This record gives sequence, C-alpha cells and structure tokens, in this order.
Amino acid sequence: MVKAQNQSTDRPGINPGQSHAPAEPVVRSIGVESRSAPLSENITPNGESVRGGKPHTPHADQVADVHAELAGEQHVLGIEDFKLYYGKSRALHGITMQIPANKVTALIGPSGCGKSTLLRSFNRLNDLIESVRTEGRIRFHGQDIHDRRVDVIRLRKRMGMVFQKSNPFPMSIFENVVYALRISGEKRRSVLEEVCEKSLRGAALWDEVKDRLNQSALGMSGGQQQRLCIARAIAAEPEVLLMDEPCSALDPVATAKIEELIYELRGKFTVVIVTHNMQQAARCSDYTAFMYLGRLVEYGPTNTIFLNPHLKETEAYVTGRFG
Amino acid sequence: MAMTAYETYTRTKSQIMLGLCVAFTAIIIGVLGLVTGYLVSIGYKSVSVDFFTRNPVPAGADGFPGGMLNGIVGTLILIGLASLVGIPTGMLTGIYLAEYSSGSRMATYVRFIADVLTGVPSIVVGILGYELLVVPLGNYNGFAGALALAFIMIPLVARTTEEMLLLVPRSYREASVALGATKATTILKVVLPAAAGSVITGIMLAIARVAGETAPLLFTALASRFLVTNPIRPFPSLTVEIYNNAARSPYPEEHRLAWAGILILLLLIFALNLIVRMTARALTGKK
Ligand SMILES: Nc1ncnc2c1ncn2[C@@H]1O[C@H](COP(=O)(O)OP(=O)(O)OP(=O)(O)O)[C@@H](O)[C@H]1O
Ligand SMILES: [Mg+2]
Repeated sequence: MVKAQNQSTDRPGINPGQSHAPAEPVVRSIGVESRSAPLSENITPNGESVRGGKPHTPHADQVADVHAELAGEQHVLGIEDFKLYYGKSRALHGITMQIPANKVTALIGPSGCGKSTLLRSFNRLNDLIESVRTEGRIRFHGQDIHDRRVDVIRLRKRMGMVFQKSNPFPMSIFENVVYALRISGEKRRSVLEEVCEKSLRGAALWDEVKDRLNQSALGMSGGQQQRLCIARAIAAEPEVLLMDEPCSALDPVATAKIEELIYELRGKFTVVIVTHNMQQAARCSDYTAFMYLGRLVEYGPTNTIFLNPHLKETEAYVTGRFG
Repeated sequence: MAMTAYETYTRTKSQIMLGLCVAFTAIIIGVLGLVTGYLVSIGYKSVSVDFFTRNPVPAGADGFPGGMLNGIVGTLILIGLASLVGIPTGMLTGIYLAEYSSGSRMATYVRFIADVLTGVPSIVVGILGYELLVVPLGNYNGFAGALALAFIMIPLVARTTEEMLLLVPRSYREASVALGATKATTILKVVLPAAAGSVITGIMLAIARVAGETAPLLFTALASRFLVTNPIRPFPSLTVEIYNNAARSPYPEEHRLAWAGILILLLLIFALNLIVRMTARALTGKK
C-alpha cells in the first residue's frame, strides 16, 4: 500500500492550524423537545482522560485515545459507551466518541472491526436485524435516539445513508432520486424535477443520465448506480450523511467526483464516511477514527492520525503495515 | 492432446447426464403434445358458433345439443368472484408471513396450515363448502362455489407471495427505511413492485388451477342449464358442464360438446394467462 503520508501534501484545508468557525448550533427536535443538549460537552463524558504524546500499546480494556482537538468542536452525534450484540456475540465493545458538526469524519479499520455496524447504529438501521441488542447511548443533538419517544422515521429522514453495495430501487432513475420526497408527500412535479436535477448534479451524474431519467435505474453501470444512491441520499437534504465505503465500486474518475462532492458537502452537512482507502480518508476527511476489533482505538484530526498518530497500532494500520 | 482415463470417464458421464435430461424433456413435451393434439383434433370439429352463443338444449328439442354459453359465463364469473376474495386474502397473508411475522410461532402455524391446505383434495373443500354455505342457505349457489374456489386459491397465493417477497434483496428494504420510509411504505412502494412479476405469475397459476376445478363446484354451485348471473342461485360452470355432458350423458352429440368444452377451457386458461402477463408487463414495463 502506498504510504498515506505521501498523499498528505495535496490535501486541502485540513491543516491543524486552520480555524473551524463553529456554526450556529442547530437544535431541531426529533420527536421530543431536546433536553440539555450536550453540544459543547467535554469529549470525555465518562471521565476518560484525554491522552496524547508518547506512543504506547493499546490492549483490550483500554479506553480510546481521543485527541484534544475534538473537544473544540460542536458535536452532532454523541456516542456513549455504546455496545452492540448480534445475538450473543458482541460486535461493538463500548464505543465512546463524538461526531463533529459540519465536518467529515472518516471511520477506518480492518475488515470486520465494526465500522458498518457503528454507522448503521446512527440511524437505527440495525433495528431491522432481529438479533441485534444494544447498550449505552447514542445522542443526536443531545437526544438519546433509543428513547421510546423518539420518532425513528424523523430521525432517519435527517440522516442520509449510502451503502457499501449500491442498491438502487427497481424503478426509474427519476423515481429513485425523488423517493424520499415522494414518501414525505411531495407531489408538485416542478419541485420533484428541481430536486432531481440538483441532486444528480451533486452526485456528478446529471450529464450522464439527463436524457434517460425515465429509464430503469438497474440499466446503469455499477458506478452510476452508486452515484444514483448518493443523489437519492442527498435529495432530502439530510443533516448527516452516512457513507459506507461509497467508492468501493467506482473507477478513479467517479471516485474523484464523489470526493469532490464530499468536500463540497463539508460545512453544510455532517459526513461520516467509512473507507478502506487510506488516501481517500486522508484526502477528504477532517477527523479520522481508527477502529479495531469492535473498539475505537484512536480518534483525532486526520492530519495527526496519518502523520503523527499517538499509537503504534494506528501508525501501522495507516501506513499499511498491518490490517 | 491425449485424454487421461479419468477425463474420458468424466466426459462420458457428463454426456450421459445430458442425454438423459434431453430424453426425459422430450418425453414430457411429447406426452403434452399428444394430449393437446388429440384434444384439438376431436374438439375443434364440435366447436361451432352455437357453442358460444347458446345454452344447452335437451335431447329431442330443436337445436340439440346446443352450446355452453352458460358454462363459459359461469366460469368467468366464478373465477372473478373467487379472485376477488382469494387474491387479496392470499397476498395479505403472504405479506404478513414474509414481512411482519419474522419467525413468530403464529407464522409457523399459518405456514404449516397453508401447506396442508394446498395438498387437501379439492373434493374435501367441496364438502366443506356444502356444509358451511349450501346447507345453511338451503340451496346450491354460486357464492358457495366461488368461496370454495377462493379457499383453494388462498394458500397457493399466500405461499407464492411469501416466497417471492423473501427473494427481494434486503438491501432494497434497508435503502427505503434509511430514507425514512415506514414499513408499510417500503412494502407497498419497493418490495411488492420488485416482486410483482413473480407474484403475478403465482396468482396466474392459482387462477388456472381453480379454473379447472370440478369437484368442489359439484357440491357447492352445482350446475344450471341456463345463463345465470345471480350467484345466489345454482350456478353453471364450464367444468361441471363438461362433466355432465361427458360422464352422465348417453348421447354422442353431448360427448362431442364436452370435447369442445375441454378445448375451450384450455384456451380460456391460456388466454387468461396471456392477458394477465401482458398487463403485468405493461404495468411494470416502464422499468
Ligand atoms: N447481520 C449480522 N449478523 C451477525 N453478525 C454480524 C452481522 N453483521 C455484521 N456482523 C459481525 O459484526 C462484526 C462487524 O461487522 P461490520 O460489518 O460492522 O464490519 P466492517 O468494519 O464494516 O467490515 P468491512 O470493512 O469488511 O465492511 C463482524 O465480525 C461481523 O461478522
Ligand atoms: Mg462494512
């Protein structure tokens, strides 16, 4: 694997010195009036100490190394000692981390370490899996998403999701893109058409499909299908965009377009992206979280994680020497 | 390049396998062709304009043996009524089994009962219909016949619907739910349309199956020599007309009428199949 450090020089806008002007806190209710919104809460709500400096070795019961920079951010999602079980086997072993608002956060880690599982916990998609049981908390704008009073439909409408495998519906391209609007009851043709074009442009797909919007989405190439899924996810303008290896089926040109898109979304949306591609994480994320065997190992500014990680494991993984 | 003994062996084995498959397929198609050919060759001579435009005429009367207008209309109405009850009930049961029950004990029972019902001889359904719908009403009637047919359709439709819905990839459901769709919306807008083609095929097979049923109708709708459209009364059907003319008549004219009836019944089922398939294609053709 190419060392990530080599790529780091052409990364725009993620130098640690750059000031992130915090935006106005957006606190919208997801079914209940949000209670004390821990938007500026310390990143270590469980009293974990923020470590830094010297490399050391993590072991099973050790807490994650969360860099101090994260404390200065506003947080959209707060994950507190979150555990997830598939039946009897535990896939997530007490994750504690906060996802900063309007930033791009990358989740990296070897296959099977629980990245998809964690991502799917944010919009409670794991509810669909019979055997899943969770412990701990995930807060969205301070509100526990597992609270009985939370309207999970509204929660999901505020989070777009792009899956590891592209999954367009067996409908026309147009109907795919406007699906979220349709199910919200939007009927005005002009609105639907406008959103369709905007979203397809956003996903760098418009020029390729503008003449065949009424044809089946299943007739597109794999890469086009994935970009369609991205268009579909951003059509409803969610606050948070969850992307699970969105580029794994794309060619370099399409990948570049998607990364450009992610770069443009920064500032308006919160993006959490799972990727196996170190260069991609380095190029398009502000923060990077390294996960291993269902645990968060190290979490900090992308620059630091790639160039100067605190832990040996992180360094080994990002430089491709393990994992 | 010379073949090793083992290569020769596997190659020969594969060739024998292929030969057997081709041979048995040919036998099946041959038998089917024989039956159809025989049927057509006898039946077509008896198919006349009268067959479609006249009701049966008793022996000795002018125009004997008449036609089967009553049976054709009767069967169409019975199938229509049976579908009206059987398709929605069966589909809803299938949707419940595939989407809502997920391993519950209730689902296991329902599935088991549906499978048993599929195997129950249709004459049993006829007797059940007789006891439940004919005796209480005091006379044989078309509703009893239609409900008996619906009863045969429901388990067939339910199980095919369930199986076809389960074939729809989970990723479609996840994508829809992640976009904020409710379960019902997901089923109606994504899952059912994705399975529409195969569900419709299953429904077609169920309709074809009941269109050819005779035994349950003998106990429920019975028959009528007249064109009946009110299902409260004894109700004619093509199959029972065929049965009466073929098995219970001494007259060769009526035997020929039965042959014509069989041919038309086959064509009717074939036409129904074609129509539904074409509508289904037109509906989902926009893909
Ligand atoms: N539906 C499921 N049922 C049972 N176990 C599961 C299920 N989905 C995932 N797992 C298990 O949970 C663990 C984490 O899986 P997950 O899919 O989150 O990994 P990942 O980090 O996304 O891996 P990859 O990079 O290969 O996508 C794995 O050990 C996996 O076997
Ligand atoms: Mg994954």
